[in-house]
Formats: sequence, C-alpha cells, structure tokens
Amino acid sequence: MHHLLPEVEKICSMIVQKKLVYSKYDEVGVVLFGTEETENELTMEVGGYEHVVVLQNIKVVDGDLVETLKKIPRGTLPGDFLDAIVVGMDMLIKKYSSTNKGKKRLCLITNGLSPIKDPYEGSKEDQVNAIAQQMTSHGMKLESVVVRESVVLDENVSVMEENDRILNLFPKRTCAKMVFVESSTSLLGALKTRSISPVTIFRGDLEISPKLKIKVWVYKKTSEEKFPTLKKYSDKAPSTDKFASHEVKVDFEYKSVEDANKVVPPEQRIKGYQYGPQVVPISADEWDAVKFKPEKSVKVLGFTDSSNIMRHHYMKDVNIFIADPGDQNAILAVSALARAMKEMHKVAILRCVWRQGQGNVVVGALTPNVSDNDHVPDSFYFNVLPFAEDVREFQFPSFSNLPASLLPDEEQQEAADNFVKMLDLAPSDKEEMLQPDFTPNPVLERFYNYLELKSKHPDAAVPPLDKTLKRITEPDPELLAKKKSAIDSLLRHFEVKQNPKLKKSMKRMREKPSGSDEEDNYRRITSKNKVDLIENGVKVEKIGDLTPVQDFELMMSRRDNPEWINRAITEMKNKIHDLIEDSIEGDNYPKALDLLVALRKGCILEQEPKQFNDFLHQLCKFCLEHDLRSFCDFLASKGITLISKTEAVDSDVTEEEARNYLVKREAKPE
Amino acid sequence: MELDPDDVFRDDDDDPENEALRQRASSKELVVYLVDASPKMFSTNCPSEDQKDESHFRIAISCILESLKTQIINRSYDEVAVCFFNTREKKNLQDLNSVFVFNVADREFLDRPTAKFIKELSRLEEFFVKEIGSQHGIVSGSRENSLYNALWVAQALLRKGSAKTADKRILIFTDEDDPFGNIKGGAKADMTRTTLQRVKDAQDLGISIELLPLSQLDREFNVSLFYADLIGLQGEDLAQFVPAAGERMEDMKYQLRKRMFKKRIVRKLTFSVANGVSIEVHTYAFIRPTVLGSITWLDSVTNQPIKIERSFICADTGALMQEPPKHFQTYKNQNVKFSVEELSEIKRVSTGQLRLLGFKPLSCLKDYHNLRPSTFIFPSDEEVIGSTRIFIALHRSMIRLNRFAVAFYGTSSHSQLVALVAQEEIIDSGGQVEPPGMHMICLPYSDDIRHAEELHSGTNAAIPRANEDQIKKAAALIKRIDLKDFSVYQFANPGLQRHYAILQALALEEDDLPEIKDETVPDEEGLARPGVVKAIEEFKLSVYGDKYDESDNAGHKKVSEASKKRKALADGAVQKSAQYNWDALADSGKLKDLTVVELKFYLSAHDLPVSGKKEDLVKRILTHMGK
Repeated sequence: MHHLLPEVEKICSMIVQKKLVYSKYDEVGVVLFGTEETENELTMEVGGYEHVVVLQNIKVVDGDLVETLKKIPRGTLPGDFLDAIVVGMDMLIKKYSSTNKGKKRLCLITNGLSPIKDPYEGSKEDQVNAIAQQMTSHGMKLESVVVRESVVLDENVSVMEENDRILNLFPKRTCAKMVFVESSTSLLGALKTRSISPVTIFRGDLEISPKLKIKVWVYKKTSEEKFPTLKKYSDKAPSTDKFASHEVKVDFEYKSVEDANKVVPPEQRIKGYQYGPQVVPISADEWDAVKFKPEKSVKVLGFTDSSNIMRHHYMKDVNIFIADPGDQNAILAVSALARAMKEMHKVAILRCVWRQGQGNVVVGALTPNVSDNDHVPDSFYFNVLPFAEDVREFQFPSFSNLPASLLPDEEQQEAADNFVKMLDLAPSDKEEMLQPDFTPNPVLERFYNYLELKSKHPDAAVPPLDKTLKRITEPDPELLAKKKSAIDSLLRHFEVKQNPKLKKSMKRMREKPSGSDEEDNYRRITSKNKVDLIENGVKVEKIGDLTPVQDFELMMSRRDNPEWINRAITEMKNKIHDLIEDSIEGDNYPKALDLLVALRKGCILEQEPKQFNDFLHQLCKFCLEHDLRSFCDFLASKGITLISKTEAVDSDVTEEEARNYLVKREAKPE
Repeated sequence: MELDPDDVFRDDDDDPENEALRQRASSKELVVYLVDASPKMFSTNCPSEDQKDESHFRIAISCILESLKTQIINRSYDEVAVCFFNTREKKNLQDLNSVFVFNVADREFLDRPTAKFIKELSRLEEFFVKEIGSQHGIVSGSRENSLYNALWVAQALLRKGSAKTADKRILIFTDEDDPFGNIKGGAKADMTRTTLQRVKDAQDLGISIELLPLSQLDREFNVSLFYADLIGLQGEDLAQFVPAAGERMEDMKYQLRKRMFKKRIVRKLTFSVANGVSIEVHTYAFIRPTVLGSITWLDSVTNQPIKIERSFICADTGALMQEPPKHFQTYKNQNVKFSVEELSEIKRVSTGQLRLLGFKPLSCLKDYHNLRPSTFIFPSDEEVIGSTRIFIALHRSMIRLNRFAVAFYGTSSHSQLVALVAQEEIIDSGGQVEPPGMHMICLPYSDDIRHAEELHSGTNAAIPRANEDQIKKAAALIKRIDLKDFSVYQFANPGLQRHYAILQALALEEDDLPEIKDETVPDEEGLARPGVVKAIEEFKLSVYGDKYDESDNAGHKKVSEASKKRKALADGAVQKSAQYNWDALADSGKLKDLTVVELKFYLSAHDLPVSGKKEDLVKRILTHMGK
C-alpha cells in the first residue's frame, strides 16, 4: 500500500482543499490502520482495535488538516479495515449521535489484501451485518475504494477474495458503494471531491399517452464542473486597512451612441433583433404576449430504433429520469419499459417542457439504463437532440471518391487495423483505462494544488503537471512501449511530410533553436532501407526518421559537393533536438543518443569538432532551461563527452575538460 | 433570455463578432428576379390553394415574397433585385424600354432585402397599374425586344461583386413559352439570335440563368419552343423540366426559416497519432444550437442603439480603476492572488492540440458520456501531406473493429478528454445525410458525473423490478407506438419559428401572426387508435393492477399535503399579522424596530417573498402598502 500512499495523500488533501473553497464548515476526521501504534478511544474503552490510529479527530476543515493529509505516516503492519470502519463509525456516533442523517460519510481506501481478524463471537458476516445496521440507523454512507495496481500473487488470492466478499456485503446491507481501481490516475478520480446536493429539474408525469402517465423525477446526470470564477482584485485599499475586501465592482452603463454623456436608464432600454439590415425593437411585454408558451409536460412522441439516433447528435449534458421513489408502481413501470427498450434496441423520443413559462420545448432521446445493483432502480438517460435548424448541412467528399494517392492500400490498412487493435485502453483482463467515471479533471486538480501552494508561498510559479495527471493528457508510455511493434509498423507504412509549397510563415512550426536556418523541415518516414538506397544508386539528400544514422553517414560520405557535410550535420542536430523535445518521460533518449554518437563520430572524421562541441553546449543549455535535465544526466551516464584535442586537432578542448563537461553540470545544478 | 446561450461554446467556436465578418467575407448569392409583366400574366388565372383564382403574376410575386422572407432570416447578406419586363414605364440604369426595376428608398437596385422592400413588394398590386403598368414589349414591326432588354439590365445589375466570391443568378418568371411567336420571318430569327447571344454573354460572366415557367390550365408551358435553347436544356432533362420547376416553386414558398451557415473550418488541428507523427485535421461545427440572432439594446425613446460601457470600481475606496490584472480566491481566510498569466498557465496542460491516447470498444462510450455538441473532424493534406491517408486508414479500422479513439484535446484556453467516433458516410436519395469523418465528443470527468440514481437507493428492501410479463407488455406497447423513420432533421424548433414569425410580423407591420405549427406535439389521434389503447391498457393492468387511478390520486394527495402545510403556515401568519397595526407602524417608521420574524408575518400573510435582508423586507412591506 505504501507506494500508493502519495496518491491517497493527493486525493484526500484535494477533498479537504475543495471543502475549504466550497463548504468551509464541513467537518473531517482521519483514521489510519495498519500502523505500528494504536491510538483510538475504542481500544481504551473496550480493548482490541489495535494498530488503528486516529490521526485527526473530527473537526472543521482547515489548512492544518491539508498539511496532515499530505504527510500520512507509513505504517508497518497489515491493516484490518473492519476495525477501522468501526473506529470511524464510533467517532461519528460519538460526535453527532443520530443527528445529521444522510450527511455522514465514511470513505475507506484500501488495497484489501490484508486479512481481517476473526471476531470474538459470531462470523465475519454477522459482524458486517451489525455494522451495516448501525450505519443505517445513524444515516451514514460508506464509500469503499479498493486499489489493486497489479495482479495479486498466489498466496494472497484467498485473502483478497475473502475481503472482496466482505466488502461486497455492505452495499447489500446498507447505503454503501464500492469501486475497484487499478491505476493511480483512477484512484485520483475515484472519490467525489466536491459534494453537490442534487436538485430535480422536473417532477411530474412522463406521459406516454393521455391515459398512461408515469410519475418521474428528473435530475442532471452530468454537469460540467467549471473552472472557479475568481474575483477581481483591487489594490487600491491602503495596506493598513485590515478589513478591506479588495473586491472590484463592475458597473455597466448604457449610453446613447450619439451622445456619450447621456445615460439611458434601464427601464428605457429595449431589445432589438436583427431583421435583414434593420433592427426591430421588441419590448419585453410585447414579447411575453406573443411568444411561444408551451405547457409544462414531458410527453413521449414514440419509440424508434436506437440506430436512428447517432451518438454525435447528443447536444448537451445528460439528464436522468428516475421513477418517483415513493411510487412503487412507477418504479415497476419504468423498469418494465427500460428493460423492454433495452431488449428491443429502442429509444423513446420525448418532448419536454421542464418548467411552466419556459420559452421553448426540448426534443430528446430517452435511453434505458438497466441497473445491476439490487438497491438502485432502473432509470433512463435523456439526451437532447438537435432541431432541424441546428443541423448544418455541410457536404464532404466521400472517402471512396478520393484519388487513390490519398487512400491507404491493403498493407497500410492492415497496419492501421493492428495499431487500433493493439493500442487498447480497455483490455479484457484489466481495468478500462481513462474511464470518465474515474478520471479527474487535470486542470481543476492543478488549480486547487496551485491554490494551496500559493496560500503558503504567494510567489510560487505554476508547477508542472503532476505525473499522475499526465496519464490523462499524454499517451501512457508503458502502453506505447508494450505495443511498440504495432506503432513502428504503422509508422513504417505511412509517410507524412510538411507541404513544401507552403510558405514558411504559414506553417505552424515548432520553435527552432537559434542557429538553425535550414529551410527544410522534413519529417519523413520511409520504408526504404540503406541497402536498396545504395543498390539503386539513390543519393541520400535528407535524413529520414527510420534509418537516420545510415542516412547521415551516407550524406557525410557524399563527395559531389562539400556542402553536404554541413547540411548533414545541421539536419542531424535538428533531428536530435526534435527527438528530445518530443520525448515523453525520456522515451526518445536512447534514439537521440544513437544519433548523437553518430554525429560525434562524423564530426571527428570530417574534422568538424567545433560543430559538435558547440551543439552539445547548446543542447545542454536548452535541456536545463526546459526542464529536461534528465537528458543531460542520461548523456553523462552514457559517457558522452566533448570532442577533445586528442581526437581532433582543431578542437580547443583539452581531454580533461571534455571528460568533465557533463559531470560538472551534474554536480553543480543551476 | 438574458443569458447568452452561446457562452457555453465560446471556447471552441462561434465567436459572434467574427461570425458577421466571416459571413460577409464568404461567398454570397446575388439574385435578380425577372418577372414577366405582360398583360397575359394578369389575365390567366390559376386556382390557388384557397380555391380562389390567382393570376400568374400574383403567383410569381407571392413566390418571390415568401422566398425573400425566408432569405432575410437565413442569409440576410445575399443581395436581390426584382425587375419586371414588358412594362409600360421604364426604370433602369441603361434607360431601356419596357424594363422596370422595382426598388424602395435607401437601397440600391441590387442590395440586401429590407423589411421595407418586402413590405412594398407585398403592396405592389395597389400601385402597379398606376406606376409601372403592363404592356407587351415585343410587338411585330418594332425592333424592341423586352426580354433582351431585361436580360441586359439584369446582367448589368450583376456586375457588382466578383464571380469568385458570389454566386450570381437570374430567375425568370414567365408564362409565355414563345416570346417571339407573333413575329414573322427574318425579324424573329434575328431577335432569337440576339437574345440567345445576350444570354451566352451573361453565362460567360459566370451568371446562371434559371427559368420558372407558369403553365396554363389547358396548355402546358412548352419549353422546347424557345427557352430550351436559352437555358441549355437537352434530351431527358427537357421532359423532366416543367414538373421539376413546379416543385422548385413550391420549395421556394415553403422553405424552413433557418439561419444558414457557410461551411467553415472552426480550427485547424494537429492530431498527433504516435511517436511524434502528427497529421493535420480540420474541425467543423456541424451541430450547434441555433440562437435567436444577436440582440442589440436600443433606447426605447429614440430607437437608437445603446452602447454599453463597463467600468471597474474598487469596492473599498470607490475609486474608478482600470481592468485589474489580478484575480483572487478566498482560501483559508486569506486572499490568494493570481495573475492572468498564471491562470492561463494553469489551463495549459497539454501542448499538442489533439493527442491520441488509445482505443476502446464502442460499448465503453456510455449514453451519459456527453457534455456539449460534438465537433466534426475531417482530414486535410494542405499542410501535412499524407494526413488523409492515415486518417482514412484509422477511420476504416475503427469502423471495422467497432472502436472509438480516446484523445486529449488541449488548446491554450480549454482542454478536454474526448472520444473520436468514426462515422461512415450515409447517402440517401436526397444526397449525403452523414458525411464520412470522425465526431469529437467531449467526455465528462469524474467530478462532472453525478449519481442521482443512487440517492434513493433503499437501505433494506430491494427495489422492485419488472417481471417477464410486465416487460412483455411494455414491449408490445413500444411496438405499437413506433416512429419508423425518425430522424433528428424532422422537427423544426417551434420556439425559434415563432420568434422569426413575430419578428417578421413586427418588421413588416403585418396584422396577424402567421400560424406556426408545433411539430413536436405527440400524435394524439394515433394514440387513440384502438390497438394502441389496448396495448396501453394491458400494460397498465400488468404494472399497476387495477390501481392505476388510485396511484394517480396518491400523487395528488401528496401534493395537497405539502400545500396544506403551506396553507396552514400562511393562515397562521394571517392571524399573527392581524395582531399588528401595520399602517401605524409604517407611518411612524417603527417597522424597523420589529424583528425579522414579525416582518415575515406580514409578508407571508400577503403572499410576498420573504427572502432578503431586513431592510429589503421593510422596503417590500412599504411598497406593498403603497407608501
């Protein structure tokens, strides 16, 4: 569990940090289990409950709590999660007794691999039942997050199965939820970091016909959590004023276009709508008198094959229709319809007016959501569909009509098929990666972390994106490495290059290091190899992506024009630069090293040591400036040095200097 | 409606300010309607829809009117001219006989349609005889050729704008299939030749000429007499022409009012596929909620536009200030400040614009994984050669393997995890229904997903589930109420159509609102068919037993309980409120000495809102008493 604790620290402190912003009066306590020490009230009162430590008694959230959670002490023993649940429950009961029903929440985070003790009397099941009953009567919820990063080894399998069985009992007995996650990224998304009390947007009849109405409640299923709106800061107040709010009021004034001094009072304003080149004024009253006023209702227009609705027609965030929880028959009716629709692959088309006085109707598709949890009712998802006016009829060429030069051939298609198959984020034997339900918003995570950092160090710079969060914004290097053959084969089969006809200014090129004035920026992937290049007598004019070292050597050995050597060296430099800049977690480093070694060799052969030495200086500088220190370290570890006098007479670097260049950098970080 | 519904999508497209500019810049249509005004057009009557006879002239005008009313909403930047030929008076730049260009003040001959233009055109009959007059322009013996003149005038009008940026069209409405029929011998051949030459000249300038023939009851318009040559009809097209033209005219009248958008690229993206290999793709906004045009605030007294000025005022000192460079968030009792640069740095989490992360089976894309309209992606070889090929290969593989791609879409201001769903081209008789390409669907994050369905999960008793019979009955019901060929294109937005209708009525000062049919109401008649009713009754019996009506009432009872409680509260307030002498309190200014609870008695007793601070409550009471 230890290697996961950094992530646990992150999610727990994130919960508290968000509470500090959105619900400052929430109260939180922290219990650790599997610790060396024992420190909880129950052990003093009744004994037992060893190795459970109350790190923090329940208290209103504050900055100290964030600190505490960022430094969770590492335990030494296997932990008993049932003991911990009981301790946590006891804390809640002692503090609130049976008040605050439904607001009390226990979050358990465990890998569920340590055995739990047998109870003094009865079975583990009885114990769970007793705990569940207590929870129900006190209105507590339990959320368990079980983290399993790797496949469990043999001797632990039985423990794991036993623990899973026990944890799984909770959702059956009480208000509890359990999720399994396999990666640190999904652990960050496994717990709701901000609780929002759900509000119905509609309560009333789902009308299938005037004779058949089902009572439903409609909630939001998805709703984007926005980047918080910050207040504008005013520095006008004197620094001595301790009670200054520093807020800025934004004032809007409506002024006549002709006379800038004439302010038009709000009641004199009237809305104008464009009609051709003119603007037609319509007052609010006029508008209300004639506007479209549909009655509040939710009506089924009919059912249709789900294939008639395209996924990309969904327009907005999603609603969920749940039968009125107090109406058993409505629950049955929704359940029957949902299950029938699922079997028949049908969706219902609905016309909705959520509120009386709403200016428009919404047409959308109702899709079944059949629940596999006995305690969760069947429901429907509702997605808004576009109206005829919302669909723009743009035409695009058929792929089949495109010239053959733009179409993939059979081999290319096969490579693409293989690529799509191999780069699988949902392998059958593992957890689906980047599942929306468990993926945190990297921007928001970053903001709240920065907020916390800034509260302590007001001048801190924005830190780079957390490693765990990078798994969301960038491809997983592990996956890339594992499926390298499929990726390489794809790259071998397809050629991509910049259109040379476009002017340089039009290309949106990456910033080039200074000194590179080479116009050509080819990134060619070619399947031609060295052998047929030589056989066909083709002169190499570019350094490709596939056999860069060979291309470089061939170019260096061209004798028809001395310019080729300069050109080869420049291109090689660019290539190395690109590789380093593009590398993710250093995946390109070995390749870059190969090129660098080749370049070094070439420069010695052609007596161009300065070219290489300058480049290495430049490269190291670049790496240090761009947070790529790891590359310098990598080079040092591989023994790359400057070209010394002994190797090439033109060099002005002594052997010792050359050897120490990278090592020195390491010792003295800037 | 004050809220800007566009706001949600602002980050990735549809900047309203640029919209207008772009529309102006993009290609537009220039149309000249040439309407035959010869006496024959007035004398022939055709039965119209409401069984009254209408002259051909009137049909032509009403067709143009409807088309203009649609155009002013759909593509108000297009320009039109209406031009009559075979007229008594003349009005045109070349001063040619028998041609009259209709216009209103403040408008060029060929210009954007205005409300006034449409209105005057609809009143045409009132002044046509007096001001324009009808008179045959092609008389044997004279060398006048009104058709030739009309084409010349039209061509001259269309000289405006380059052929590259504008579509230029001439539409001829006539019921005379043989304009030179009454002319004999060489003169006829001569006139035919010069007219055709004029047409050819116009076509060479990039103007297309179309004919909308009006057939008489007893005799169909014979295109082959003259016009076939003019518009270049041959063979099979010739036979198809007249019926097809009839349909076109109907289409012109009954077009949907819908703002048209030119196909334009929202963004050019670099799509990084793997290991530094990136291809070029363009995105298009294919489906976006249409909004009610832009709103301009006017001064209701002068009807002049108002400009909105924003000023920043320091809340502490009241000083006027510049747009502040810093923002803050209150956190742990302190104000944590952020500069604008820092905020944008936080949002910039990815450098690549669209980065492929991997693939998943389509079943992983759930119905609730949606936040906003999708964006369409199509490849381009414009800057990166080879993009289309890779894109198509991936597209085909994804369709074949039933997979979608997961990618990270990051721009400097906004970033999002997205699903790329490959869409195969769908073509029906009417053309392309779905273009080939990929749709980019924004995926929610864990914090965007709510679990409302778990809210009411019972703690003990299991939730009831439908049994086999109930599901079977539901299936029978679903089969009965089936929309066979449902398509999302079939419903017009009733609110929007109503808005356009109101706008038109007000702008044209029409007396009654045109009737807008709400297409989104259920088919009550269909639902009353015995088969459907039977299926419904069986379903009801199976699920509700014979208690359907009771459960309906139960619902009402619940509501009434809540309202009873509310009523009791109000009653109590009335009683308590009666204990005070409010008038006296108000007059003596002693209201503020009462407690908030006491003030609320008055408010609840009079059904007023009880929210706000004490001051607000007092104010509200005073207002209510009229003091």
